[in-house]
Amino acid sequence: MLLLDRSGAKSDLFARIELLAEAHGDHVLAPFALLADVLAQREGNQQIGVFIDNTQKVTALEPFFEQLALIVVAFPSGTDGRGFSIARQLRERGYRGALRASGPLFSDEFPQALACGFDEVEVTDASAARQPAAQWVAALSRISLAYQRDFNNGATLNILDERRAARNILDQRRAARLAGESKNV
Amino acid sequence: MYRYDEFDERLVRERVAQFASQIERRLDGSLSDDEFKPLRLKNGLYLQLHAYMLRIAVPYGTLNARQLRQLALIADRYDRGYGHFTTRQNLQFNWPKLKDVPAILELLADVEMHCIQTSGNCIRNTTADQFSGVAYDEIEDPRPVAELIRQWSTLHPEFDWLGRKFKIAVSGATHDRAVLRGHDVGVRLVRDEAGRLGYQILVGGGLGRTPMEGKLLREFLPREDLLAYLEAVLRTYNLEGRRDNKYKARIKILVHETGIEKFSAMVEDEFARIDGTKINADPEEQARIAAYFAPPAYEDLPDVSRALEDAQAQDEVLARFVEHNLFRHKRKGYAALTISLKPIGEAPGDASSEQMRLVADLAEKYSFGEIRVTHMQNLVLPHVKLDDVPAIYAALATQNLATPNVGLITDILCCPGLDYCALATARSIPLAQDLSKHFADTAKQKDIGELNIKMSGCINACGHHHVGHIGILGLEKKGQESYQITIGGDATEKFALGELLGPGLPAEHVPEALDKVVGVYLAQRQPGETFIEAYRRLGLAPFKAAFREVSDVVA
Repeated sequence: MLLLDRSGAKSDLFARIELLAEAHGDHVLAPFALLADVLAQREGNQQIGVFIDNTQKVTALEPFFEQLALIVVAFPSGTDGRGFSIARQLRERGYRGALRASGPLFSDEFPQALACGFDEVEVTDASAARQPAAQWVAALSRISLAYQRDFNNGATLNILDERRAARNILDQRRAARLAGESKNV
Repeated sequence: MYRYDEFDERLVRERVAQFASQIERRLDGSLSDDEFKPLRLKNGLYLQLHAYMLRIAVPYGTLNARQLRQLALIADRYDRGYGHFTTRQNLQFNWPKLKDVPAILELLADVEMHCIQTSGNCIRNTTADQFSGVAYDEIEDPRPVAELIRQWSTLHPEFDWLGRKFKIAVSGATHDRAVLRGHDVGVRLVRDEAGRLGYQILVGGGLGRTPMEGKLLREFLPREDLLAYLEAVLRTYNLEGRRDNKYKARIKILVHETGIEKFSAMVEDEFARIDGTKINADPEEQARIAAYFAPPAYEDLPDVSRALEDAQAQDEVLARFVEHNLFRHKRKGYAALTISLKPIGEAPGDASSEQMRLVADLAEKYSFGEIRVTHMQNLVLPHVKLDDVPAIYAALATQNLATPNVGLITDILCCPGLDYCALATARSIPLAQDLSKHFADTAKQKDIGELNIKMSGCINACGHHHVGHIGILGLEKKGQESYQITIGGDATEKFALGELLGPGLPAEHVPEALDKVVGVYLAQRQPGETFIEAYRRLGLAPFKAAFREVSDVVA
């Protein structure tokens, strides 16, 4: 599996577990069904993550937000976009930990994933063989601006905010001009 | 009309380059065919029966003369000298070569046009009333909100991989000319009791293999909340819509299976959790867009035009043209003039490059440079002086564009069918041509009056057959083309799905079957009653009985 963030390939610190008995080590990634138990027996500074299907309701995760270091959302296919909405809900509802998309995505979806709130994507070795890390990073700079506000954490220019800023500058100039005129009177 | 600023321009140019890169990465094997196909579709490029087809977005059906001339140039340089206007107010080229597509996209970008999201499981081109901004019955011009939705839906990162396509239509008029109840979401501009402007939101309409009437989702949405509310609707659909079956994946099925009350509660719940201040466009942005749609510099004119009346008195055909092809304008002395792309015996919606250039010239000379595309596959010059109508008519006639049949039985709406489309089960254009010739007699057409035929070559219903006064659906039965006929469909605010008359017929028997159906109307109508009104009063039975006289013989 290839794990990537905005700057390229990175190593995965988390170990995925299927049984409660396996929940040892510094970084544990548990299925949602085990999450409450794993958190209950948390050892010291252990970092806990959870992996969820894209049918998982975000409301069920909300009570755990502060205790989670990572949420991994499964993408069963590259054309099933439910995970993008899950990421948006997680971010809007206050989750601040790391967020990972996992599945057969392709590089053109990388900017979309980041815009919706993911920090990283994990792709299969088969996809990575065709689309190495450099292609994923290149995909991020193809579209440099967006109409949708509150997406993308400032990584691309927001068109509506740019237009607003331009208007504000004009307003300030106008105000300064008016102030100057009134002084002259 | 709207003009791109530096940001709109840059986004479209970058999208062109992105698509060129996608083609390159398909060719070098980085992208698999399965990965490339949805990317190609999201840029309007289909692989049809005989060739690629490129679908160009005409946002809310609005074009200027320069754009139409550019389309004519593309038709000549990269296609076979013509294009096809569709039932979603777009334009399709049927014969482009894959290698030419990036060059075509650059030519489109030069005139502020693109193919973004004209196909694929994403939010499609927003459609609108073709008489937006000029109609006598308008509450408010819907184009600013249609443009706002266009921008918001363009490359939306959350909604690019929906379960199925998603179509939004907008209208600001009392009468529905945008088929609002046949769309995934219909947005109607309304005023509340205090006179404040807002939106009525309809959801879950659609045609296709499971036709459904849109249901009321929100009686009144304050204007500033629109984008946050649309995000809530789309997010609910994206998360909850079915993914197990392509044919049950549209929002209409989700709304139907969930029930509108529960669906509405889900949307309201999501909407309540979205921070609208982070999503919505501020009032200044809405005002910025609206300023582009300020009315042109109309002259103060009298209500009636003596010049036109005199010309009509001398020319019977011009009089018919005036009667059928002019639509009542807000301003005295002006009209919206519909150019029929349904000359007798021709393929509905096709326009040659010469015709496009003529229309562009006329728009510049007589209509402030503006053209509209209708979902009925005609063109409109939205602001012409009544005084100028005889001259426009004469010019149109030189290119076979002056057919006085708008709203009549030969103004047939028709999908491309098996002549082009990979999904079609039967041909539709040849039958439309036959019917057009069959009902060509102008006196007869006038006598029949307002009656639309809508025809699809498969159950996906691009030809809107469910909502035709007469609907025709072409199917394949045991290797033969067979046409099912419905009547009583209505695409307006009186939305209705047509009812089946009986078994399918071979194409050659469809004209006589329609004679029978029309015959019932002509024999039983009351004074002033249109076909659809008579159908509502009489019910299906007499039409069915008359139809049987044909179907029994054929069987």
